[in-house]
Amino acid sequence: MFLVYVLVPIFQSIWISFHDWDGLGAKTWIGMANYVELLDDDTFYTSLKNNLIWLVLYLLSIPAGLAVALFLNQTVPGIRLYKSLFFFPFVISQVVVGLMFTWFYAPDFGLFSKIIEWLTGEQIAILADERYVTYGIIVAGLWPQTAYCMILYLTGLNNINPEQVEAARMDGAKGAKLLWYVILPQLAPATFIAMVVTVIGSLRSFDLVSIMTAGGPYGSSEVLSYFMYEQALSEYGFRMGYGAAIAVVLFLIMMVFISLFIVRMLSQERNA
Amino acid sequence: MTLFKSLSGLALSAALFSSTAFAGEIILNSDHSDPAPKKAMEELIADFQKANPDITVKWNNFDHEGYKSAIRNFLTADAPDVAAWYAGNRMEPFVKAGLFEDVTDVWEANGLNDQLKSASASMTIDGKKWGVPYTYYQWGIYYRKDIFAEQGITPPKTWAEFLAACEKLKAAGIAPITIGTKALWPTGGWFDYLDLRVNGYEFHMELTSGKVPYTDPRVKAVFEKWGELVKAGYFIENHAAIDWQDAIPQMVQGKAAMYLMGNFAVATMKDGGLKEDQIGFLQFPEITPGIPVSEEAPTDTFHIPSGAKNKEDAKKFLAYLASPEAQTKMNATLGQLPVNNKAEQPADPFLKAGFEMLSNAHALAQFYDRDANAEMAKAGMEGFQEFMVKPDKLDAILERLEKVRARVYK
Repeated sequence: MFLVYVLVPIFQSIWISFHDWDGLGAKTWIGMANYVELLDDDTFYTSLKNNLIWLVLYLLSIPAGLAVALFLNQTVPGIRLYKSLFFFPFVISQVVVGLMFTWFYAPDFGLFSKIIEWLTGEQIAILADERYVTYGIIVAGLWPQTAYCMILYLTGLNNINPEQVEAARMDGAKGAKLLWYVILPQLAPATFIAMVVTVIGSLRSFDLVSIMTAGGPYGSSEVLSYFMYEQALSEYGFRMGYGAAIAVVLFLIMMVFISLFIVRMLSQERNA
Repeated sequence: MTLFKSLSGLALSAALFSSTAFAGEIILNSDHSDPAPKKAMEELIADFQKANPDITVKWNNFDHEGYKSAIRNFLTADAPDVAAWYAGNRMEPFVKAGLFEDVTDVWEANGLNDQLKSASASMTIDGKKWGVPYTYYQWGIYYRKDIFAEQGITPPKTWAEFLAACEKLKAAGIAPITIGTKALWPTGGWFDYLDLRVNGYEFHMELTSGKVPYTDPRVKAVFEKWGELVKAGYFIENHAAIDWQDAIPQMVQGKAAMYLMGNFAVATMKDGGLKEDQIGFLQFPEITPGIPVSEEAPTDTFHIPSGAKNKEDAKKFLAYLASPEAQTKMNATLGQLPVNNKAEQPADPFLKAGFEMLSNAHALAQFYDRDANAEMAKAGMEGFQEFMVKPDKLDAILERLEKVRARVYK
């Protein structure tokens, strides 16, 4: 199964990326031409830059998730309800998140626009301004991602060794110090998993871009995965070879991170 | 036993999924999922079966977006007998790949060269006809009649009058023109019309088929006119954040006065609460005097895939679809215009205006994203959108488009 549905398609994609193919007719072998063209394509650099912004800012969901988890990790009546509310954005579909944020930012009637207008006296259409558009989408993405990290940390916090915490308290550790030296080391596995899902999630970012802006305005919020889709599969595309070339580049970037993660996991296993 | 089971299972599934048409059955794939088109298709199929009792039509209705990728699969793998598509360069890739059947004989046998004359050019590739058009609709400027009357503006006929009207509206605190460019294509309407009026249809066709560089001074002249509107702030703000429908409330609320759009926008305007006598229609004003007046009229068509199994009956269907009676009835339901010039004129005032305008047109453009190659269209419309936000970057935009053109039309 794994062979047929994962490994073979990877090599097929790499194979297609050396061709000029519209998905209908015959493939023509063009060697590295797709990659050469990619290096001369402004949209490619825009996508790369945006992917990088995604990667860096998406990592914010880890500390944010931790903060929310610590805040919710107490025993007061009704805490379960709060936990569910915080977890809610992760449960609903990304498409719905995208639509909600689109309305939130919408000029004229969106809540965010109204607040900005009230503060500054003029409207800013976040999703139509190339300076803010990527950040606008990332904020929407951070909302469910933070919930996801929060869940990971909540599970981690359940497994904290209470004796160690007691001992630390005896020695007079409080607040930040206690968190840094006692709690966080015990949360390391949760942090690692959160890191993995967040990095991969940020590189995969597609649904929100597709729903909120479709890469616009004039291509300034493109990311690699959406760019690939647009070139190979959308109404104006059908350049399978070129799309495959973008996919290969994205795959290589992902491979760098995935290799790092795997190396780390292996070294941990050895030390364990 | 298991082998026997799987074999019979195979046979069964083959029976279930095969689209082998029985004699006298044609399979029709189309994307008429919206209510009005769906009803029009149902009526058309029922009437056709009544006229041809020995033929039954099996209709697969797709949703509009999914159809665009589905057609590429079913044309190659499992072709129906009739498929809906669009005229002009939209059908070119399929024609070039040998996936559409030449239907010149249907045109010859039914006198269509004369009856469907207005769409003849957009159905022809390499001197042959590749399908049958059955409906189109006009584009033009829809405006608020009552606002024009309040401001004392008469419908502008020339570019100078148009600019003066915009100026007057802006001074009164009304955005002259509404538009929503989030989905990019509405920008194509502006580019097409300005190009048709500045340089004319022949140049526009040369440009969209990739024969003219985008850095050509004639293209710059188009953007110069467009820039006059953009730089003066005649378009609504934040148009890049909204879809075409979201630009209509501005007009309904009286915050904007004009909208260059296809005739389908009228229904949405009425739904928004405008009365028929509040909406006016005007032809896009003249820019270069003496240029033959052409219009934009995107045409919907039906084709026979070359892999069709029952071409004989499919041709009967196309001939029926081309007839004045079928087109009259169908377009009454669709709220659009029949292509057949023997068909009855529509009663709706906007369609009437469109019918007259298109009947007298020098030629009909299909729309930027149907006339130009798909990839060029995407890049082009992105460029138009950028220009409407940042008119100062024109040279950089045109150079980028030229780069795309050079690559696409090798």
